[in-house]
Amino acid sequence: MNDTISRFSRAAYIAMVAFALIVAALVAAPWWGSVATERLIGEFMVYLALATLWNLLAGYAGLVSVGQQAFVGFGAYVVFSLALLAGWNPLFAVPVAGLTCALLAIPVARLVFRLQGAYFAIGTWVVAEVFRLVFAQVSALGGGSGKSMPAGVVKLIAESKFWREATIYWLALALGVGALAIAYGLLRSRLGLALTAIRDSETASVSLGIRIERVKLAVYVLVAGFTGMIGALFALQKIRISPDAAFSVNDWTAIVIFIVVIGGIGALEGPIVGAIVYFLLREFLADLGSIYLLILGALGIVMMLAAPKGVWGFVAGRYGLSLFPTGYRVQSGR
Amino acid sequence: MEWMNAIVQGVLVGGLYALFAAGLSLIFGVMRLVNIAHGDLIVAAAYLAWVIINATGLPALASLVLVLPIAAAAGYLLQLAIFNRVLGKDILPPLLVSFGLSVILQNGLLVMFTVDSHKLHAGALETGSFELMPGIDIGYFPLLTFATAIAAILGLQVMFYHTALGRAFRATSDDAEIALLMGLDTRKIYATAMAICMAVVALAGVFLAIRSNFDPFMGPGRLIFGFEAVIIGGLGNLWGTLVGGVALGVAQGLGAEIDPGWQVLAGHLAFLAMLALRPRGLFPRMAG
Repeated sequence: MNDTISRFSRAAYIAMVAFALIVAALVAAPWWGSVATERLIGEFMVYLALATLWNLLAGYAGLVSVGQQAFVGFGAYVVFSLALLAGWNPLFAVPVAGLTCALLAIPVARLVFRLQGAYFAIGTWVVAEVFRLVFAQVSALGGGSGKSMPAGVVKLIAESKFWREATIYWLALALGVGALAIAYGLLRSRLGLALTAIRDSETASVSLGIRIERVKLAVYVLVAGFTGMIGALFALQKIRISPDAAFSVNDWTAIVIFIVVIGGIGALEGPIVGAIVYFLLREFLADLGSIYLLILGALGIVMMLAAPKGVWGFVAGRYGLSLFPTGYRVQSGR
Repeated sequence: MEWMNAIVQGVLVGGLYALFAAGLSLIFGVMRLVNIAHGDLIVAAAYLAWVIINATGLPALASLVLVLPIAAAAGYLLQLAIFNRVLGKDILPPLLVSFGLSVILQNGLLVMFTVDSHKLHAGALETGSFELMPGIDIGYFPLLTFATAIAAILGLQVMFYHTALGRAFRATSDDAEIALLMGLDTRKIYATAMAICMAVVALAGVFLAIRSNFDPFMGPGRLIFGFEAVIIGGLGNLWGTLVGGVALGVAQGLGAEIDPGWQVLAGHLAFLAMLALRPRGLFPRMAG
């Protein structure tokens, strides 16, 4: 009769400590790693963040978007516009990119939310295509072939190469860890409870008084804003932009979906596991070129057929593990 | 007159878009599946025709004799092997599986046929035209495409509303569980629907390949055009897809008149405007 309800398990405490140690080590990377290491971890953080955000949309809010490249690209172009046309320090443009994308997401949502389920997915894609085609028409930003950031603007980030690379790297780290933190905080909040309820059953959530449309809109806008900042980061990492790269459905959506599906949809740990698997696969198979992408596609399908909850779902289901606990569990007091 | 011509040519291209859309609409109607790989399947059918023509020397359109049944059989198997396993209340698994299929098809075609674009040639049919009025020439091939689209949709319409198979489709669409209780094998019904969809895909692929160059990566663009035609016309309405295709073709034609870079963009904007003003399309289906 003395059952207790708890959120944290011993595994979760250990995970927290390990996570903090890893983050601390990563912050120091500019001093122990090479530029190549920084860039690799930076890219990992980009995908970790994108996958975590897409998981919030698709895994929890039921909003399966295949058009998140709309906000990646828009964020990147905001940075380029402010840097090239207004002479801003590109770093200061990053939060502006996030804010712009969040605001932009409101009218976009008003349109695409009229489509249900899979049609919503393709609708978001059309929006991304519209952005791509429009930016391809703007000759001040390089039109269809794109443009590079002039050296003078790049120097605004930091004078020396070491600090420039380190600054961009820390930004990537901040966004990667930040995305995880936001997703974690969100899911433990009131809104997160509503989201989890929507994930489990939309009908039941409505009958319990959850205003689904508002919750979905809130998540969509939040994710769009954060995705815009990742786009801004991408612009800083590449210091070159073109509509095809900025609004690429393969780079910003196909790979992200693969990561979430492999790792485990609808769980916070999923995108972390998926991103690690993806980067390992890439290290070993990228030389195969298009065959490598073929393998990724096949792996995604097999995963969906055999283990729809991904690697993490399989592990968690088997061992009852939860590293980032967002729900509660009952422990029997014997 | 230039504008008039743009509209007429847009209407004719609309026939091709309706062919892209009809299969998509049928599949969604019967099993609520939106196949992201639909466009890539169209392109794959075009490559199949190219291979068959190179191997047998058949004329472009005659290749349909082989392409159509092969595509239909492939659709039947695809449904049994993959899609039937993921269809259910959750829309996510079928969507993600079709997304994976799309990646596989694009890269598979790339590996087999390189990134170079190909085209099917249909001789005089391709280039011939007659003058409707001064300034407006109508090509035989675009006209044939449009007539084929009408015939295909008429065929689907008759099949859907006047045959035993169509009755089974409608019953499954209304309530798959009850249909199962009434003795329909829904798995086979779905596979048959996918086979019919793929037959239309084969038509679309061959006509696309005669009209323009094709390469492994043009599938997603065709999917989007088909999808836009479906939504503009109204979900679940087969004749609506034809009207939607024509509306899209005309919007693109007018956009191209303004600036070549605006062609595809104008189509997308027309679609978004429709979504804003009439989200259920021009001719919404009778019941939700």
